[in-house]
Amino acid sequence: MTDISQTPSTPPKTSIHKTDARTKRRNAAERRFKAYGIAAITAGLLVLVVLVGTILNNGLGAFQQTFVSLNVELSEAKLDKKGNRNLEDVKKVSTFGYAPLLKTAFETKIEELGLETELKSKDMAAILSKSAAAELRDFVLDDVSRIGTTVEFTFLANSRVDGYLKGRVTRESIANDKKISAAQLDFVDQMVAAGVVEKRFNADFIFGADASDQRPEAAGIGVSMMGSFFMMLVVLALALPIGVAASIYLEEFAPKNWITDLIEVNISNLAAVPSIVFGILGLAVFINYMHLPQSAPLVGGLVLTLMTLPTIIISTRASLKAVPPSIRDAALGLGASKMQSVFHHVLPLAAPGILTGTIIGLAQALGETAPLLLIGMIGFIASNAPDSISAGLLSPNSAMPAQIYEWAKRAEPAFYERAWGGIIILLIFLVTMNTIAVILRRRFERRW
Amino acid sequence: MSFVKLTASTLAIAAVSATAAAARDQVQVAGSSTVLPYASIVAEAFGENFDFPTPVVESGGSSAGLKRFCEGVGENTVDVANASRKIKDKEVKACAENGVTDIIEVRIGYDGIVFASDIQGETFEFTPTDWFLALSDKVLVDGALVANPNKTWADVNASYPAQNLAAYIPGTKHGTREVFEDKVILAGCEATGAFDAFLAGAEGDTDKAKHKAAEKACIALRTDGVSVDIDGDYTETLASIESNKDGIGVFGLSFYENNTDKLKVATMSGIVPSTESIATGEYPVSRPLFFYVKKAHIGVIPGLKEYAEFFIADEIAGSDGPLAEYGLVADPELADTQGAVADEKTLGM
Repeated sequence: MTDISQTPSTPPKTSIHKTDARTKRRNAAERRFKAYGIAAITAGLLVLVVLVGTILNNGLGAFQQTFVSLNVELSEAKLDKKGNRNLEDVKKVSTFGYAPLLKTAFETKIEELGLETELKSKDMAAILSKSAAAELRDFVLDDVSRIGTTVEFTFLANSRVDGYLKGRVTRESIANDKKISAAQLDFVDQMVAAGVVEKRFNADFIFGADASDQRPEAAGIGVSMMGSFFMMLVVLALALPIGVAASIYLEEFAPKNWITDLIEVNISNLAAVPSIVFGILGLAVFINYMHLPQSAPLVGGLVLTLMTLPTIIISTRASLKAVPPSIRDAALGLGASKMQSVFHHVLPLAAPGILTGTIIGLAQALGETAPLLLIGMIGFIASNAPDSISAGLLSPNSAMPAQIYEWAKRAEPAFYERAWGGIIILLIFLVTMNTIAVILRRRFERRW
Repeated sequence: MSFVKLTASTLAIAAVSATAAAARDQVQVAGSSTVLPYASIVAEAFGENFDFPTPVVESGGSSAGLKRFCEGVGENTVDVANASRKIKDKEVKACAENGVTDIIEVRIGYDGIVFASDIQGETFEFTPTDWFLALSDKVLVDGALVANPNKTWADVNASYPAQNLAAYIPGTKHGTREVFEDKVILAGCEATGAFDAFLAGAEGDTDKAKHKAAEKACIALRTDGVSVDIDGDYTETLASIESNKDGIGVFGLSFYENNTDKLKVATMSGIVPSTESIATGEYPVSRPLFFYVKKAHIGVIPGLKEYAEFFIADEIAGSDGPLAEYGLVADPELADTQGAVADEKTLGM
């Protein structure tokens, strides 16, 4: 060839140890790209830190609550006028009948401590939560023989007083407030000095029920946690078997034709459908057509099942696909039937992936609020923890994210703190579930 | 296969529970978010003091609540609808079409609507005229109706500071919006003479139709972003004001009383809003709050009548009760309402 005999263009006379302009440009581009990457990660981390910081800063207060300890005389004259300790008669005294006992308890307390205050006993009792009378009544109804005795009782303090001890309420901020006065705050200061009023850990926030707008201090997330739990139970019981069965059929048995293609496309599309759509569907089908009860975790669970199914099907199919065909071929070659090869060999090998997908699907469903809006799970709902599985499924309840949403929109500022506290609890659940998913994947997933 | 059995049994459980669900034992309430706090206070006290389970109270707005109330009679429909306005004839008709004929109307008391701005902001002494001039779509300038030219509060009333106009008012699904339109915007419309101008130009066959058209023209608000509809709750209005310090929001009295550290309330026609000034009728912008009970459900849903009676008992809705403490203005005619509920007196009787 003549080309070869041509003299090649002389290469530039530089050392390979010295970088030329083009290499420099390429290296600079690489460094820039690395810098962008680091900047992106830093920005992400910064946002995360701000987010977690805000949540903790706003929400940790909800785990502590101000309590007032008093000695309450359960006066017979007030609670059991007939003196016969008959439960039905004692029940007739409503919570309003218990309020005077609290006033008296405050009077005895300040006498005992030798405190001086200009407040009337009514204003002193106002530093207590509105739940105090109800607590006292429940205590008496539990055992009517307690009437006539004097018991030491620890009551929740009013949300304003609680806010004062937490620094949320100050003397300036209550200038126009009709619910608490500076004199009452002075009184609280005296009581704090005497050790009667103190702030401590409040387990009722984690295990208790929602409370009305007048007593944010008594509200807890426990009952809605039960609601979430029962919904997840329904989702697990329905979505896992249906999802796994559907994926096994589609992946292992179904012929490849346009019908199965259509189904596949639709499953992927369903995964992208906004969750509120499932809520509307749930309202129309489960409540209006099937007449299932409103606000019930069963219905919530059914709606969330619809939402979770595509996620589970997609992840199950992916993990079935990841099992190498040689395993199936070996099983079939040894005379196993198609079904035996799937259930004895493929499914066990795919199980970690399926579980991971399920847990992530459940975590998604746990944090979902929008569909619950439409099936009546948002509002003032749960005040009693369900006492059986059927009650748990059917009696009205809320769910954790719905409860948080509900608190965030209430007028009383103390609910705001509880909304953030609820977010902390919900996040703990989500992080735990995702961690379990990661651990499962790390430990059991096999690579071929 | 075990999971097939599991699926089958779960479906069976679901089916069985669906039939078991036929007996609902707690009262179900839906409706106005203004009434929600009061209803939840009552529901809580009801659960504590009676052997019935605590009623379920949902919110979503008066219209939404009444719509669900009117869906029909039966255990999967709500028993009580809370409303921050009176039920409309149209709604009564819709109810009747679905078989909800006997409705008991219960007035629980009055609620004030207040105008408040950021605590650091300017002090305002509003009149309905100011609000009409600030928010109406068309105003009267030199005898002619023109598109609202006002940009700042100083344009509206020379005694105000030149603060940009920005109002956060309840959306149309709220009962509060209608009261705002009737008692503030319409009043301002009439006071400025714009109403007569609208009436003169109104189309319609009869005087009544013309009147209606003029009223409708009066309450048409400007759509250039000065007036923002808030469809959520008052917390959303509060958040809007916190982000736009020039904003003025429309709140319920009880919401304001719980957030006095963040909001500065404006007077209306020279009167400071308070439970007292609303009870005497001096403060002009107030409205009654109601709840509606399905008579057909009394005796079917345990505790329904007891709940209705407990709600308006003196110890609850009276002037010393917990509702008044939260911000409800007690109804001076509470005794009549108590009698009506005891007799199960329905609408139109």
